[in-house]
Amino acid sequence: MSYLLRKLGFYAVAFWAALTLNFLIPRLLPGDPVDILLAKLSQRGATVTPETRKAYATLLGGDTGDPMIQQYWTYLTNIARGDLGTSISYFPAPVTEVIAASMPWTLVLVGIATVLAAVLGVVLGAIAGWRPGSWLDSLVPSTTLLAAVPYFWLSLVLVYVLARQLEMFPSQGGYDVVLTPGWNLEFIRSAAYYGFLPALTIVIGSVGGWLLGMRNMMVSTLSEDYVLTARAKGLPARQVMRNYAARNAVLPSIAGFAIALGFVVSGSVVTEQVFSYPGIGSRLLGAVTNNDYALMQGVFLFITLAVLGANLVVDLLYGLIDPRTRARS
Amino acid sequence: MTNTQPLTEPVVQRPPAAGPAARPKAAWRLMLPTMTPWLATGLALVAGIVLFGVLAPFLVGDPDRIRDVGLTGPSGGLWLGTTQTGQDVFAQLAFATRGSLQIGLIVGVLATVLSAFFGIYGAYLGGVADEAFSLLSNVFLVIPGLPLVIVISGFVPRESRGLWTIAVVLALTSWAASARVLRAQTLSVRNRDYVAAAKLSGERPWRVIAVEILPNLLPVLASQFVFAVIAAVLGEAGLSFLGLGASGSSTLGTMLFYAQNGFALPLGAWWWFAPPGLVIALFGTGLALINFSIDEIVDPKLKNARLHRRRTRLAAKGGAA
Repeated sequence: MSYLLRKLGFYAVAFWAALTLNFLIPRLLPGDPVDILLAKLSQRGATVTPETRKAYATLLGGDTGDPMIQQYWTYLTNIARGDLGTSISYFPAPVTEVIAASMPWTLVLVGIATVLAAVLGVVLGAIAGWRPGSWLDSLVPSTTLLAAVPYFWLSLVLVYVLARQLEMFPSQGGYDVVLTPGWNLEFIRSAAYYGFLPALTIVIGSVGGWLLGMRNMMVSTLSEDYVLTARAKGLPARQVMRNYAARNAVLPSIAGFAIALGFVVSGSVVTEQVFSYPGIGSRLLGAVTNNDYALMQGVFLFITLAVLGANLVVDLLYGLIDPRTRARS
Repeated sequence: MTNTQPLTEPVVQRPPAAGPAARPKAAWRLMLPTMTPWLATGLALVAGIVLFGVLAPFLVGDPDRIRDVGLTGPSGGLWLGTTQTGQDVFAQLAFATRGSLQIGLIVGVLATVLSAFFGIYGAYLGGVADEAFSLLSNVFLVIPGLPLVIVISGFVPRESRGLWTIAVVLALTSWAASARVLRAQTLSVRNRDYVAAAKLSGERPWRVIAVEILPNLLPVLASQFVFAVIAAVLGEAGLSFLGLGASGSSTLGTMLFYAQNGFALPLGAWWWFAPPGLVIALFGTGLALINFSIDEIVDPKLKNARLHRRRTRLAAKGGAA
């Protein structure tokens, strides 16, 4: 129970830190986001009242006349009410609406690709590490090439070869535009077809890290006494590998999930840009190019929230798998 | 990979000498990686690319010169063809490699210094300071890096987005994972007897850290530095590819940005977008292969596994002969 509380407490602190960063960044950096934003807003035909100015100044910094502490408080209460301001690039839609429309695309894409890459990497790593020196194991260092390839370049190459030259997959977008989004078979099939290349990019780009980590832990685990005992008992090799060695070797990979996910999320933001995928990464970049500061901040908060949530789930699972973490101090 | 650090402290065992002719190694030699084909490949890749980045800009022509040839493929005169305005891609690649290496080095050093401060100093102090530093690095670890960098770059106006701004931002968002690894290693070193002896004999904290603790962490620091450089080159490339890099800079990322915006992909100009990514990938691979060998120093079990393999192979060969 205290493990759960400690984890919840930590993620609450992390989220608070992200909120505070979001509050401080526009205030500490040069530039005058509020004026740029209001100028854009009036171009879009909105009437800029002093109230609008004050609302944006609370979000982005600027001369509200209130002391910093009070601005911070207003900012937090606005966020707690789910008010992240109005997007200019999608005017007059509120930021939360724009995010809600694009979040599922990224969640599904990154979620499926990450799970696939993790499972594939861990299984291959376990097999490679089980027999150090086999032909499979000698190939392991070459997977570093995959880990070092920039995601967006990989997607450029995949688009060039698979979409442009071989014309096997569409090169842009998230679904066939003649279809209306909805939960029917035709649309889901189209989304899967369009999402294949972006997902492939993420899987290829991140599988190497999982494979390498698992392989190294597997090699270390093989010299443990309990593996020797299991072998001496005459257990079948498969069982020793799966239930004795791999089970223990996989723990650091799970513990390292936070780092891996950070890389994947960063990579997928750029990947979405290459594919013009309708996910949250494209929205973030669109917001940056259009000086849509409110949307920018909102997207950052939601990406952070999603990453924190995923890490919390993995941490709780880890506590379940490895009792030692719960027992600590 | 930072998640490959062993949970338990590695047991340092000297592998038995391979034969009667084997000379005992000097202590400092144990800190150096053993030469393996993979390490040689890595060193060759990194050395080649660094030399290319340092020397080639002096040998190639002006990368911005516009020729009246349009988009042309590789030929004898222009090894990697031209961009759509007739600029020499090879010359651009040379300058871009230099730019990327420069930012990689700056960010690598900055991030390593930050992680060493928060990881080693915090763990050495212990108590509240350690808790606070460790909380800080854990928080930075779970906040996604690139989105944060994008947001920061988005707020900084283009004209004040210089090389150092980008370098500092990249360093600030990438030190946390290394700090955690360094902290774990420092904690295991901190409580050893000779450290306690140094403390009791009245040595000042910085001397205990620099002389007693730091030498034990050198392999870990080296591998974290190498990772920081890879991450920085990749991160800067991503940022520049999105058009958010340092203004006026020329890196492999900006090359890809211009290639993407110059419709290199629809026009099939592979010679324009393929080389920059390949240089990044090969450089990263080279550094990662070097790290493989450093990992063997950090975790001798990996090395023992390799030596054991070699001995079995040699024995099998000897038995067959």
